[in-house]
Amino acid sequence: MAVTLDQPLASSALPRLLTLRTDRRRTLLDRFMRGLTVAAMVVCIIPLVAVIAYVTINGLAAINLDLLTKPPKALGVGGGAAAAILGSLQMVSLATVMAVPAGILSSVYVSEFAGTRKAAGIRFAADVLAGVPSILVGIFTFTILVLPFQQYNAFAGSVALAIIMWPIVLRTTEEILALVPGTLREASLALGVQRWRTVLSIVVRTGFTGILTGVMLAVARAAGETAPLLFTALGSRLINVGDWQRPMDALPLFIYQNARQPYPVLNAQAWGAAFLLMLFVLVVNIAVRGRSMGRRTY
Amino acid sequence: MTIGTRARPSLTRRGSRLADRGFVVLTAGLAAGIVGLLVAIAVMLTLTSRETWQTFGVLGFLTGTTWDVVNGVYGALPFIVGTIETSLLALVIAAPIAILTAIYLAELAPGRLAVPLTFTIEILAAIPSVVIGLWGIFVLSPFLRSTVEAFLVQTFGFIPLFSGPAYGIGLFAAGVILAIMILPTIITISREVIIAVPNAQREGMLALGATRWEVITRAVLPYARSGIMGAIILGLGRALGETMAVTMVIGNKDAIPDSLFSQTQTIASKIATTFNEASVGIQTSSLIALGLVLLGITLTLNVIARLLVRRVTGGVPRRV
Repeated sequence: MAVTLDQPLASSALPRLLTLRTDRRRTLLDRFMRGLTVAAMVVCIIPLVAVIAYVTINGLAAINLDLLTKPPKALGVGGGAAAAILGSLQMVSLATVMAVPAGILSSVYVSEFAGTRKAAGIRFAADVLAGVPSILVGIFTFTILVLPFQQYNAFAGSVALAIIMWPIVLRTTEEILALVPGTLREASLALGVQRWRTVLSIVVRTGFTGILTGVMLAVARAAGETAPLLFTALGSRLINVGDWQRPMDALPLFIYQNARQPYPVLNAQAWGAAFLLMLFVLVVNIAVRGRSMGRRTY
Repeated sequence: MTIGTRARPSLTRRGSRLADRGFVVLTAGLAAGIVGLLVAIAVMLTLTSRETWQTFGVLGFLTGTTWDVVNGVYGALPFIVGTIETSLLALVIAAPIAILTAIYLAELAPGRLAVPLTFTIEILAAIPSVVIGLWGIFVLSPFLRSTVEAFLVQTFGFIPLFSGPAYGIGLFAAGVILAIMILPTIITISREVIIAVPNAQREGMLALGATRWEVITRAVLPYARSGIMGAIILGLGRALGETMAVTMVIGNKDAIPDSLFSQTQTIASKIATTFNEASVGIQTSSLIALGLVLLGITLTLNVIARLLVRRVTGGVPRRV
């Protein structure tokens, strides 16, 4: 937590006699720099407010039934983002199904079984993996799941998203598991419960809410990722439900494509889709982080 | 007791031991998978870009200035330069603002403000890059063109660095949008690092009659310095690899920028815009080689940054 000291030694607190010239200069500098930090804080908030405001205003204006229910027109300009919405739902869901068990189980190893050094090493690797530019995750997935089959496919898109999600789930879950009191584990083991059951039914279950938090953040992150999908799922103008071997559209891809078109109608669709995406990401983040606001670990 | 009943518990015990061992092995395997994945990414990018390295040589590719698809000549320099310039520009803009903000959040803001403000900054980090890019194209870049860029070109246009024309789309816009995107990274980590500075540092200075600002600059920041460096480097790492928002506002022209407002290209934006159209063979291989260069830079920076941050916070830095 931040240090909460009383007001510092402002010169006014001292007898007037002791207030030397240099003191006044120091106080002025202090005031000025403190003012500057507040100004910097304000500067940081401006782009956030601007992005949210513009996306909301332009996005709401563009949202209509067509955007939500129709795929892009096969010929000409028009249609909607239905293919993208359905594609995002499917690919993010499949990515979640892959990344969450992998993330939780690998975090169980880090927090329950690994020695200090191994745990630190894996944590480090997870952080570094999270720092790999997402476009490179896209290329990597392309080389293993697109190139051999000579076909862009939605499955590859899901795998790329899962690779993005995995380290996020691992790190958040592992932090939560570390908070579960050791006495719970001991009590369970003392009753003769096997270790794997102790871990899954006692430790993981105790941390369930916290783990869900991490999972939701990872889902929100994956839903907004564009670069990993460019060379894997590719995007599509057709509604694709369940055909994992074919290209599939996603909301971020839809936004990217339509933002670059010279048609105002398509630009408007990009704003509409951006609003939907931003709404989802913000709601998840605010709901999830808001609960843990002020706590240092979540 | 019959033999049968005596045998049963031992059988199940063996079964449970096996289940336990299996479980540990399973989790260990998945944990190792994280490390394996990192290695696999590096290996696959190296293997699939072999042709480029063999044709042009490592140095030849890194210093080559032409990217000529027709004649099959590929050089990475324009994109390396574009990447470094946009990222440095972003750092120059973002780092001072971010550090001042982190100081405010960690040292000066009253508790009931500090928490929601930190929360708000974290929310900025959550907005998808493509959404920021969309805002960049239609709002930020026209705004920059008519205000900041117009002013700089008019006032300092005689210096080559500031020579026009300024389209709003280009190096400068990319730097600004990257600055916005790396602010949260630098702020949240710097804030944690500053908070981790022991209170005795502050109390000692305050007891000597120092002002709050003097405490910050002479007792807190020197202690937190390497951690803040780490935060900045992590921000740099994020800027180097950031793709979508940059791709959307940088202009996508394969040329080493000659002015602050030139349209140019970063490694990530080059890959994003041309990878799908590239024919399999040396062109794809060269794009992947570009990716490998980016991987090398970001991995190195990441490792250095995390070690720096860890030096101050002592333990494991929080997930970023």
